[in-house]
Amino acid sequence: MSDIRDEYDVAVIGAGPAGMAAASLCARARMSTVLFDEQPAPGGQIYRGITRSPFSDRSILGPDYWAGEPVAREFAASGAQYVPRATVWSLTPEREVGVSIAGEGAQLLQAKHVVIATGALERPFPIPGWTLPGVMTAGAAQTMLKSSGIVPSGHTVLAGTGPLLWLLAWQLLRTGASIDAILDTTARESRARANAHLASFVLSPYLMKGLKLLREVRRRVRVINDVTAVEAQGEGRVQTVAYVCASSAMPVQLPVDNLLLHQGVVPNVNLAMSVGIEHRWDGEQLAFVPVLTPFGGTSVPGIYIAGDGGGIAGAQAAGWRGILSASDIVHAVHPQAAKRAAATAQAALKRFTRGRRFLDAYYRPAAQFRQPAGDTIVCRCEEVTARQIVDTVALGCPGPNQMKSFLRCGMGPCQGRLCGLTVTELIARQRNVSPQEVGYYRLRPPVKPITIAELAALPKDEAAVKAVVRI
Amino acid sequence: MANADVVVIGGGLHGCSAALHLARAGASVIVLEKDHVARHASGVNAGGVRRLGRDFAEVPLSAASLELWHRIEELVDDDCGFEAVGQVKVAEDDAALATMRARSERLRAMGFDHEEIIGRDELREWLPSVAPHCVGGVACRRDGAALPFRTTMAFKRKAQSLGVEFHEGTRAHSVERRDGVWRVQSSDGVFAGASLVNAAGAWAGEIARQMGEPVPMEATALMLMITAPAAPFVKPVVGVQGRPLSFKQYANGTIMIGGGQRGRADLETNRTYLDYRRLALNAQTAADLFPRMAHADIVRAWAGIEGMMPDGIPVISASGTQDRAWHAFGFSAHGFQLGPIVGSMVADLVTHGTTALPVAPFSIGRFASRA
Repeated sequence: MSDIRDEYDVAVIGAGPAGMAAASLCARARMSTVLFDEQPAPGGQIYRGITRSPFSDRSILGPDYWAGEPVAREFAASGAQYVPRATVWSLTPEREVGVSIAGEGAQLLQAKHVVIATGALERPFPIPGWTLPGVMTAGAAQTMLKSSGIVPSGHTVLAGTGPLLWLLAWQLLRTGASIDAILDTTARESRARANAHLASFVLSPYLMKGLKLLREVRRRVRVINDVTAVEAQGEGRVQTVAYVCASSAMPVQLPVDNLLLHQGVVPNVNLAMSVGIEHRWDGEQLAFVPVLTPFGGTSVPGIYIAGDGGGIAGAQAAGWRGILSASDIVHAVHPQAAKRAAATAQAALKRFTRGRRFLDAYYRPAAQFRQPAGDTIVCRCEEVTARQIVDTVALGCPGPNQMKSFLRCGMGPCQGRLCGLTVTELIARQRNVSPQEVGYYRLRPPVKPITIAELAALPKDEAAVKAVVRI
Repeated sequence: MANADVVVIGGGLHGCSAALHLARAGASVIVLEKDHVARHASGVNAGGVRRLGRDFAEVPLSAASLELWHRIEELVDDDCGFEAVGQVKVAEDDAALATMRARSERLRAMGFDHEEIIGRDELREWLPSVAPHCVGGVACRRDGAALPFRTTMAFKRKAQSLGVEFHEGTRAHSVERRDGVWRVQSSDGVFAGASLVNAAGAWAGEIARQMGEPVPMEATALMLMITAPAAPFVKPVVGVQGRPLSFKQYANGTIMIGGGQRGRADLETNRTYLDYRRLALNAQTAADLFPRMAHADIVRAWAGIEGMMPDGIPVISASGTQDRAWHAFGFSAHGFQLGPIVGSMVADLVTHGTTALPVAPFSIGRFASRA
């Protein structure tokens, strides 16, 4: 049994680089610290399975992956309580945490400070046929690779844009897997616009690494540039991928068993939004991001957001942002040490955020891949199409929450994670207003499913037992 | 300044229904809604169409409303998702069953025979997977459930087609009657009408206060939750004696569990906060009645902002202090089924000054000495 207390000084949610770093620093400052992690072992998405990798050959996942090892080691030594397989399904503005631990049931506990380090998730990539079996996200493929060493077999095609797409290609090649083609959807105008930020990118730590990786992938895989349309086709599962690119106006078809899609990552905002933390639309990253202080503090006192959940900046930056939030938390007990940690983190962050705007601009997903048309499914859970959404806007539906009422989109188990941004962007385009004005789904706990039995076992409000409402 | 015969404050089901019935009676109507139609309790409630278990004062209204529900398409050109699947209230012990029996007899004496006592076996015909300890219950065969958002929108659309003007995103700040005309100052200018209807739900208390008749209404957020889809196993809407529960499985297999547990509402921001120590009670009740529910996943929970009266029945009343003003609010978590009939009553009150249904128990005057 995980021995969960009723109260902690600090509760951290998520064991990626930001969560591990934040928890380590708080625990080292002798604050009672617990870290809840949905995974069976620390690492988050980027360092998934870092303490138990199926690969003994370190060159397969590469040095950026293994950079997580000392972070995990420090976390293990810090004295922070680690609770794996723990799903946080509720967080209140008063910092009551509802958590459900696999095989053990649900609990409520109180934290003086909370660090949300739930990271990023992949941007929806709604192309025709994206719900067919055999089509999955690059992130899902990478999860299987990191946790179980599973690589796709048969004809494999990657499509999309963004650093992770290339990293996955490189990692798959390292395992000996073959990739038939990469359909690069990076838009010409994005590349041109990115040039404005080239100077800072040249000085960034990403440049040399990135170029080397791209060169190696391009040498071994057929890369089709300037792809402007992608469609997954097949009966019962994906059999072909059709694409249109600059060099051929007619669609080209490739046989495929695995189509891996990716067009960048966006902050995973569900938990933060359910607390009522203020967010704003980021026109560069094309996503909602929380409004944060320099220390990652949110509009709700005592709750911090560290790492990519506060805006995409990558794994290295995430670790330093975790330190920064933790330094603010420990400041009350160890002001000197907190100041030193904050200064180091701020300097490092400057380095690791350099070049970010170039990457955001360069890999900005093209409009047609973010705002689908016609019968393309937008909400997978309730099978709502782009046309239905556009037509409903024409009927006078102004925002995602009313859209939920009209079409049930966003009401399935994923709680809008796979359609939220698409719905907001489609409505904004149709109404010719900004996504900020359109807003996002109103989210409430449970942000992850919880069983009736788990909920029924929670402590109950005895006053409410007696005050039976006549309905 | 926009003018109409009647200005209705509130675009919930009751405001829309009043507007529709007034338009049918030939009145010109303006509806002011601070958010959008069906934004709060009207659009997100449990959708129960229930006579079962009503306060005795509400029974005649509820019975009349049910007749409208069975012909709802004639009224609003939409079936509103209404299905007469029945409503069943479960008795977990003999004492509960005895309470139900006494109630059913009293209803009979009033001339209503819709609450039908069912024994152990008949309960299982209604609910094959109900827990073994349940001894019987009461059933209302012609009751059922509808889709709240769709219903409220249907009332709005029909009202619009009859010429009612809806101003959404328009908040009524203050009301004042001068020279025989009601003037409503709003976030979008002044609206004037010969008559005023206050159907502002949880926000109606402020309007009543401005009219010089404050009421002890409490705004609350009634919580509901819904599970992932399961194979069909229950048709009627299910409640239970002595414990708050509203339990219904939809056609898509998902199961909605509610029952009037209160979260917290913020009337300024429209935000609602869920209270899991209270939702846990609903979960417990659901699992006690249907043991198979224990492993169901709750995928979503929400709350709608609603006005509760201390005696649990609404205000449907002429103003006690002002001429040509009426109230319809404070439905205390069970106003949905009453929507069709209360709109018609309000229209009768506004146009004829009287209604055929017994409206006296809902007078705003009942709070006059207390507030």
